[in-house]
Amino acid sequence: MVEKVKPYVKDFWRYRHLLNNLISRDIKVKYRRSALGMLWSVLNPLLMMLVMYVVFSQIFRMTQMNRGDVEVNFAVYLLTGQLMYNFFSEATQTAMSSVLSAAPLIKKVYIPKYIFPLEKVAFSFVNMIFSLIALILVMVFTRTPVHATVLLFWVPMVILFVFNFGVGLILAAGTVFFRDIMHLYGVAVTALMYLTPIMYDVSILPDWARAVIPFNPMYWFVSMFRDFVIYGEFPGINAWIGTCMSALVALVLGLALFKKSQDRFVLYI
Amino acid sequence: MSMIEVRDVSMRFNMAKERVDNLKEYFIKRVKGTLKFEEFYALTDVSLTVEKGDVYGLVGLNGSGKSTLLKIVAGVLKPSSGTAVVRGTIAPLIELGAGFDMDLTARENIYLNGAVLGLEPAFIDAKFDEIVDFSELRNFLDVPLKNYSSGMVARIAFAIATVTKPDILIADEILSVGDFLFQKKCEQRMRELMSGGTTVLIVSHSIDQIERLCNRVAWLDHGHIRMDGPVEEVCAAYKSLGQSAGEGAGA
Ligand SMILES: Nc1ncnc2c1ncn2[C@@H]1O[C@H](COP(=O)(O)OP(=O)(O)O)[C@@H](O)[C@H]1O
Ligand SMILES: [Mg+2]
Repeated sequence: MVEKVKPYVKDFWRYRHLLNNLISRDIKVKYRRSALGMLWSVLNPLLMMLVMYVVFSQIFRMTQMNRGDVEVNFAVYLLTGQLMYNFFSEATQTAMSSVLSAAPLIKKVYIPKYIFPLEKVAFSFVNMIFSLIALILVMVFTRTPVHATVLLFWVPMVILFVFNFGVGLILAAGTVFFRDIMHLYGVAVTALMYLTPIMYDVSILPDWARAVIPFNPMYWFVSMFRDFVIYGEFPGINAWIGTCMSALVALVLGLALFKKSQDRFVLYI
Repeated sequence: MSMIEVRDVSMRFNMAKERVDNLKEYFIKRVKGTLKFEEFYALTDVSLTVEKGDVYGLVGLNGSGKSTLLKIVAGVLKPSSGTAVVRGTIAPLIELGAGFDMDLTARENIYLNGAVLGLEPAFIDAKFDEIVDFSELRNFLDVPLKNYSSGMVARIAFAIATVTKPDILIADEILSVGDFLFQKKCEQRMRELMSGGTTVLIVSHSIDQIERLCNRVAWLDHGHIRMDGPVEEVCAAYKSLGQSAGEGAGA
């Protein structure tokens, strides 16, 4: 087993700088010629949240998302959900086309190909860290009380990283052979967003939707993150199973599928 | 000791008449059983052995499979059957500037391309001046690559690729880019590497160059090895092809 994994580890070690380089290139390209540069990464989620906050608080009259005696401002509730969901949707969507857009490279030199989806997930992770700053600002501004569990905020992020990488591998490999996956997945991400309690609480859902929602991995990621960060609770066993199992299944499936098809990529891109 | 061992390699490409890359077509064709590809062999049962210190040339007409063979040796393509075993580090000069991002500056690209080739940043730091001096582009270092001419891009790419002392250098018609002074310089650099013990596998459409540099040559013809041996014999036979073709046209 160890012997089998060794060449992969060696390969990864050799190309770790490529990973760094690609991430910093993505950052450079993203902020080139914008006056505010990196600041946009914080500003963007703030402004998006502001828009949604205004819509929901003014039109739908939602201002508090309390649980028990913990009072939570709707803006904080919204931003925590968005943070997790945006990481998922950005990471998987960019990973999906990562192999295709690396075609010029893949056709010219040998590079371990999983680098490309991995890089996109890592880049989205960096973007999420910027959004985290926005979240902290909003939490301070709304005087949201913090609990000791907040120190574990990174746990769902790391599990979600693994989940995203697994899903990204599956999508990246699939898209090489069938471009329609790109269009389908865009729709799927939107549908899944409405099935994730980002701007509503599960209690408002009809029975059928409440029966379906446990099968949505993002539901578990979002609720685990909120438990840690705003409700000061340790997530229940279901949340752990929901997040860890979906990450594991996605990763194993993704690696297997990717490994099986990667030698044929160069013939289809 | 052999550095490159190619055994019975065949490379099959699917020349899909219509490219099936969407699900609807795929399923319809799959169900109807009309999912067919025109198969095309770019290489058929190719075997060759490159010994340590060899400068091995590949000649052949356009489309005879030279680039395909180099890509298999470099690990870019997996052969449909057969094996290619390579012992040692490879510097691939197959297409220059793999991974160059035209929007980034030359300086940034040197690091990016180095990483693509699996080089350590510290190593590039140490060799930075050498790369810049070789490419003679010091004044343009902070200019985005899109403002470079293709010859200038080739210079940097060649300088980075040869800054390591690889065990094996694989070069595909790269000496045809750039002006004649740069070509001379490249040849000089390749000679340096060779005398340092680097094994070379090279494709060139200049027979003169092959005769100057190589000790062994293989002649590829429609994906088959037609001849393989010492440089004089193979080049003489290959050149006679041109003469007989010339005569045929003349007659
Ligand atoms: N990715 C590919 N898909 C289909 N056919 C290819 C591909 N790459 C090369 N070929 C075909 O293989 C043959 C050999 O090409 P190549 O190795 O580039 O020849 P050379 O370098 O000797 O001119 C050509 O007929 C070319 O069209
Ligand atoms: Mg060629």
